[in-house]
Amino acid sequence: MINIRDKGAAIWENWGRPQRVAFAVILIAVVGLLPFGGNFSFTSFLNTPVSSYQAVLVYPVGMFVLMALGLNIVVGKSGLLDLGYVAFFAIGGYTAGLLGEYTSLNTWEILPIGMAAAMVAGVALGLPTLRLRGDYLAIVTLGFGEIVRIVALNTQSLGASTGIAAIPTPPKTFGLIFDIEHSNSYFWVVLIMILLVIWMVRRFTVRRPGRAWEAIRQDEDVAILMGVPILKYKIWSFSIGAAIGGAAGVIFASKTQYVAPNEFTFNVSVLILACVVFGGMGNIWGVILGGVILAYLPERIRFISNARQLVFGLTLVVIMNLRPDGILPRKKREKLGVKNKSVKEGSDV
Amino acid sequence: MNFSVVTSQFWQLLLNGLAVGLIYVLISLGYTMVYGVLRLINFANSEIFMIGTFGTVVVTQQVLHYTSGHEALHGLHLVLVLLLILVVSMIFSAVTALFVELVAYRRLRAKGTNRLASLISAIGTSIVLSEGIRIVTKSAPVPTPRLLTKFNIATFHGVALRVDTVMVIVGALVLYVAVDRFVSKTLLGKAIRAVSMSEDTSKLMGINLNRVISATFLIGGLVTGAAAFFYMQVYETTVFNVGFNLGLAAFTAAVLGGIGNIRGAFYGGLTLGLFEEFASAVIGGQWKSVTVFTVLVLVLLLRPNGLFGEAITQSRV
Repeated sequence: MINIRDKGAAIWENWGRPQRVAFAVILIAVVGLLPFGGNFSFTSFLNTPVSSYQAVLVYPVGMFVLMALGLNIVVGKSGLLDLGYVAFFAIGGYTAGLLGEYTSLNTWEILPIGMAAAMVAGVALGLPTLRLRGDYLAIVTLGFGEIVRIVALNTQSLGASTGIAAIPTPPKTFGLIFDIEHSNSYFWVVLIMILLVIWMVRRFTVRRPGRAWEAIRQDEDVAILMGVPILKYKIWSFSIGAAIGGAAGVIFASKTQYVAPNEFTFNVSVLILACVVFGGMGNIWGVILGGVILAYLPERIRFISNARQLVFGLTLVVIMNLRPDGILPRKKREKLGVKNKSVKEGSDV
Repeated sequence: MNFSVVTSQFWQLLLNGLAVGLIYVLISLGYTMVYGVLRLINFANSEIFMIGTFGTVVVTQQVLHYTSGHEALHGLHLVLVLLLILVVSMIFSAVTALFVELVAYRRLRAKGTNRLASLISAIGTSIVLSEGIRIVTKSAPVPTPRLLTKFNIATFHGVALRVDTVMVIVGALVLYVAVDRFVSKTLLGKAIRAVSMSEDTSKLMGINLNRVISATFLIGGLVTGAAAFFYMQVYETTVFNVGFNLGLAAFTAAVLGGIGNIRGAFYGGLTLGLFEEFASAVIGGQWKSVTVFTVLVLVLLLRPNGLFGEAITQSRV
């Protein structure tokens, strides 16, 4: 099978700066114009039959891509299996709900607070549990995700099962109106956040944290021997991932204007993890593709509404059997920060 | 908080906790055995359980033609019918388990890929199974006719020993002992233990890896099916997502006892069942899972290999 990922990487490597900038601008423009895709006849196949296409682009597509990128730092980059990522999404959402209800802060002011809250939760969960290995971490994070949901469900001040309603939408910013009629504004905000995360992850990857994460992912014991302070970098990875989940939660809450415990089930964690693994763990573009496909597909095939989850499950099984490393896997061997085209593919691991 | 229930209803809670705990033991055997040989969480185990509960319904209603208004059976007839239902639900679950292994794990294992790929394909299989049943049953709960009159065998410290509770406790204990004996005494059991110690070495010793792994899934499926049968005798109704919470609890139980370890599953399941029962009596049923997970985190912090577990020395993600 053709290795699309390496083909793409090779072309990118050969380009000069102007070509790269031009490509990035065109790509961002195309993606930015996606919400209008449903209007033209030649792109009308994009339309989702039941829900509004513009709304689908924000949630689940945009949100899932954003969260998958966040989870990718934890699972793909550092190899820490997190099965409770939805907890951070929920913490962001509930922060937006509470602050929106009891204070006069607007969404942009709440956003950093929500991220900080998720980050604090990430550190609090990470400090004791990141010492554990592999599957124990998986089960503890899974438990944490459920605990957050159950606490929200059973706490009256968090609205119990009805949740928090009438969360304020963001104020008019740069001429963009944010309300139920204007999904596009949210889409562009999410797009900007995704771009920021991509930029951040790419920076991290070639710098010390990225190298430390890679070392931890490949072999923890060796990483310790090489003097990598693994707990510190694991907690960084965990809390950065958490902050991104929190940011997604804040935007989600201000978009739907409503948060309730049943939005934050274990299934969401599984779906986001599926996006990461399905697309190609550790590779940003793969993860984005995975997020787009897995979030968009169930909406697009709503016409078979009853069987769409079934088709979704089948897709997961089939694709994982055909391409176990995901659709766009990471390079087998990463020469971090070194442009070395002579590295033979598939020669190790 | 209501601590007085612990003393006033002690025996009742103990009995319920034992019954629930032993169902957990059986389900977590499925998790723990598969984990032992593959070092993978079998995410589809909750669906294997679910198929087992539907196996009970199918055989009772479609094959034996008992309907919900049917009068209770007695004597030898009852015992034979229950045994037949038990065996059929075990077979249902075992076949599902083999199917899961074939679809979700075998090909990926042959390719020697990362563990998360198998995890996702197992999740996919699990979605397919539960959604398939959801579509067939139209999301409605499915009851099974009561064949066993739930009379009281005896009264003990003011607590009625109901026949179905006793059946669960005795049946689960017998099965647990059988599995434990099987794994520690037979040649196949030895092979399973060998594979769980080192896959590569056991291959060198001439063990047919695929066969051993299939056998492990088969045994795990059989006990999970038995758990499904016992569950149905007590609760008498099932639904397409019945496995989710039970599976989660059983997996927690397996970790609590030390995953990959059969006795660990036993102690873990019992501990969890009893703890759940007492904790929800004291602080309310809605906080049940929170207390369970809090305890789990504490256990992992203080005894990272589980309460009764053997050391898992290597990180494997």
